[in-house]
Amino acid sequence: MELFRGINVDWLGKKWYFLGFSLIFSIAGILSMLFWHGIPLGVDFTGGTKVYVKFEQAPDSGRITQALDKAGLHDAPIQSFGPPANHEVIVSLPQSQTSESQLDAGRAKIVAALETNYVGAAAAAGKLDLDNASRGQITDLLTPSAGAQAAQQAAVAVANYRDTQKSGLLGSVDELSAVTTPANVATLKQGSYLSGFTIRNVEIVGPQVGSQLKKQAFLATIYSLAGMLVYLWFRFELIYGVAAVVAVFHDTLITIGAFSLTNREISLTVVAAVLTLVGYSMNDTIVVFDRIRENLRTRRREGLSAVVNRSINQTMSRTILTSGLTFLTVLSLFLFGGEVLHNFSFALVVGILIGTYSSIAVAAPMLVAYQDWRAARGKTASLPAGKRARV
Amino acid sequence: MRKNLGGKTALIVVLLLIFVYGIFGTPAGVNLKSLGASMINPSAGRSGIHLGLDLRGGTHLILQVMVDEAVSAATDSDVGRLDTALKQAGVTGAVVSKPDPTKPEIVRVTGVPTDKTGQVRDLLNTRFANAGYDVSSGDNGFTVTMQASQAKAIRDRAVQQAIETIRDRVDRLGVSEPVIQEYGLGANQILVELPGIDDPARVKDIIQSTARLEIHQVIGGPYPDDATAMQALTTVPADAMLMHGSAEPAAPGEAPVDQVFELKRIPEVAGNDFRDAQPAQDENGRPQVSFQLTNAAGDRFYQFTSTNVGNRLGVVLDGQVREVANIQQAIRDSGRITGLDKQKATDLSMMLRTGALPASIHFLEERTVGPSLGADSIRQGVYAAVAGMLAVMAFMLIYYRGAGINADLALFLNLVILLGFMGFTGSTLTLPGIAGVILTIGMGVDSNVLIFERIREELHAGKAAAAAVDQGFAHAWLTIIDTHVTTMVSAAILFLFGTGPVRGFAVTLIFGLFANLFTAVFVSRVIFDAILRRKPAGAVLSI
Repeated sequence: MELFRGINVDWLGKKWYFLGFSLIFSIAGILSMLFWHGIPLGVDFTGGTKVYVKFEQAPDSGRITQALDKAGLHDAPIQSFGPPANHEVIVSLPQSQTSESQLDAGRAKIVAALETNYVGAAAAAGKLDLDNASRGQITDLLTPSAGAQAAQQAAVAVANYRDTQKSGLLGSVDELSAVTTPANVATLKQGSYLSGFTIRNVEIVGPQVGSQLKKQAFLATIYSLAGMLVYLWFRFELIYGVAAVVAVFHDTLITIGAFSLTNREISLTVVAAVLTLVGYSMNDTIVVFDRIRENLRTRRREGLSAVVNRSINQTMSRTILTSGLTFLTVLSLFLFGGEVLHNFSFALVVGILIGTYSSIAVAAPMLVAYQDWRAARGKTASLPAGKRARV
Repeated sequence: MRKNLGGKTALIVVLLLIFVYGIFGTPAGVNLKSLGASMINPSAGRSGIHLGLDLRGGTHLILQVMVDEAVSAATDSDVGRLDTALKQAGVTGAVVSKPDPTKPEIVRVTGVPTDKTGQVRDLLNTRFANAGYDVSSGDNGFTVTMQASQAKAIRDRAVQQAIETIRDRVDRLGVSEPVIQEYGLGANQILVELPGIDDPARVKDIIQSTARLEIHQVIGGPYPDDATAMQALTTVPADAMLMHGSAEPAAPGEAPVDQVFELKRIPEVAGNDFRDAQPAQDENGRPQVSFQLTNAAGDRFYQFTSTNVGNRLGVVLDGQVREVANIQQAIRDSGRITGLDKQKATDLSMMLRTGALPASIHFLEERTVGPSLGADSIRQGVYAAVAGMLAVMAFMLIYYRGAGINADLALFLNLVILLGFMGFTGSTLTLPGIAGVILTIGMGVDSNVLIFERIREELHAGKAAAAAVDQGFAHAWLTIIDTHVTTMVSAAILFLFGTGPVRGFAVTLIFGLFANLFTAVFVSRVIFDAILRRKPAGAVLSI
């Protein structure tokens, strides 16, 4: 099977469409960053507390707000996380309520508020919340009837069953008869209750770390762009490097713009994805540049525009295939990889599409534009063909 | 290139076996369950792949060591030394103090009688000027400033000591495979990762507690609160300080009453003066911690108590007065702390035995992943990886037919080498790391596509199969290097800047790229050569 063979498209003739397309998306992103959603930075960068709570039944965010309000946690935003069937919400406490000396006070308060006010004090009276109990607590509960060693083994079995088979939430205490003795089940039934919610994940970031991470993420992005520039300068010529870095910057801008437009949070892993894209979308650009240089040498008569067009067309098949295949894997990550990786894979999905587009529509035309600009100023028109000859 | 095909094939098979061993070691049995178990629970003597916190659940903490406290403690003892030295030299009326609490490295000597100025200058010069301090004389006294290099050395040592102490404490708690290391670039921070922690609150308490035990002379109080204390004293002298605490252990069921005491700033006994501590019970059967001093400190303490009978002493733990007692007679080397519950008494004596933290610690960041989330993440990550890999393999088979098998073999080997590499180096697999594996699969076929497309071009240009393969590999080689270098640069920067999950992602990406260079270029080539050798010259290549 073979696709994209012998295509002959005048890519440079369409440069105004490309420019328009790039401008629309960049400007939409920039406008959204400036006036609409801003840059939606995650808790990694802003600091604050985030507690991910998964419920057995569909959670009622109004009641959760009330429960938290009663415990003195006012205006804590509640957001649902993942598809509604997951029954998972994020309770956030802003930076102002995350004090550096008492980092996890917020988490403890949220759990207590939910246990007493959301589930109801009646159920909680003096009993162990089996959905949130630690192994130590379960062991303590079972020890009087079962003895220390057996209790410990049973606690490990119960906790493992709850966490690995049931995603942290038991449907009923009776289910546990599959992993422990009837006597233990009876003891648990008597001494514990199921609150119907469990803490899946806690992120608490103090203000100092937040600003530190912000600085690091910024520096890392700058360093990798600079690294690319230097490498392309070394392998080709400075102008190739500049064109490639402009293209990659364009990709980064549009990817972050997409986060702003869809109001998705930018976390540390998203920055990691963006940095990976910087390297990856450079690949396509290099392949096209390589061909341009090769063709410049063998076809000295043709104008630069014709050479660039020819080079893009020759590498088209390869560019579409490799990006398409990487896109396939990233798409499976986006679809099946779970909530935690959702934003990370979103960045990759957007970035790979844009990165492929930009190596054709931004980087290569820039070389031609640079040459035209030099010609207009009366300088030599030929683009340097590079330092080393390739066979 | 076609020579020595047998040798190359043997090399590939041997590498395959080595890396398979790297992944699984020697599993208990050949079924899915025991293979999986031996992959992530390596047996003794083999590093194996470790699961990151985000996959196995656990707590990730970033701590700030308040290193200026260590500098301050050092100059505190200088103040004491200087005071004694001046007294011995017969200089009366001189006051040694630290004027600015925000600049702990500065010590001032004021009120020196004019006829003794030269003597004091000599003393300061001989004692301090050559020992990492700058001595300068001002309008009404001397200023002794710790040199920046000296202060930095103390700060660095404080961080190292804190790491040692925390490691000691965490080890005694029985946490398996903890990570405790310096974090950031010279910001005096420590990264602590505790996998599988069920009960983070208690562990955090134990880590954070400086367990800094000191005995100070009590010179005033108790006062009910700060305001009253200030009213009674009008000013706190430079060599004294106010501190909260409760003199009496609370009666059972009652909260201790908070009071304010005026203490001598310089402790009589501190830090390394303690030799041992055990949990014990007092005469009423209540839990307490009893401690012993080292011989040298005991002698000093004996000297002090015998000249101060009738005065009061305060036992201070972590900036809180815990015990106040009259000195009835000279004491040599033991004391106690009461008013604790049993768990606290056990924890505290453990902490005193492992040593005090050189400075107090603040938590900057905490991330706790519940075990249930980790289990779900593994399931989804593996699911996505398998789906992505199957999709790519299917596509390569359809698009390149015969050569697709070649690419799929290379891809599979790529995965084995990547995981085997991680197994041998004991790398940590995180959830973004699984994403890195998936991404490596997608990027891995890049090189194959580059080569195959070039071979097709050469075939279209009318070259024979063998020549086309030769040319294809030769032309694609530099481009492959280029694409690998750029991604590698990104990954390296991620590795340098990232921690935890992000670093895990960078690690799999880097290993994956290296493995890919080998499989796409070397292994694919050997497979092509093997196919070409079997075919008669001039046969058509399936690509």
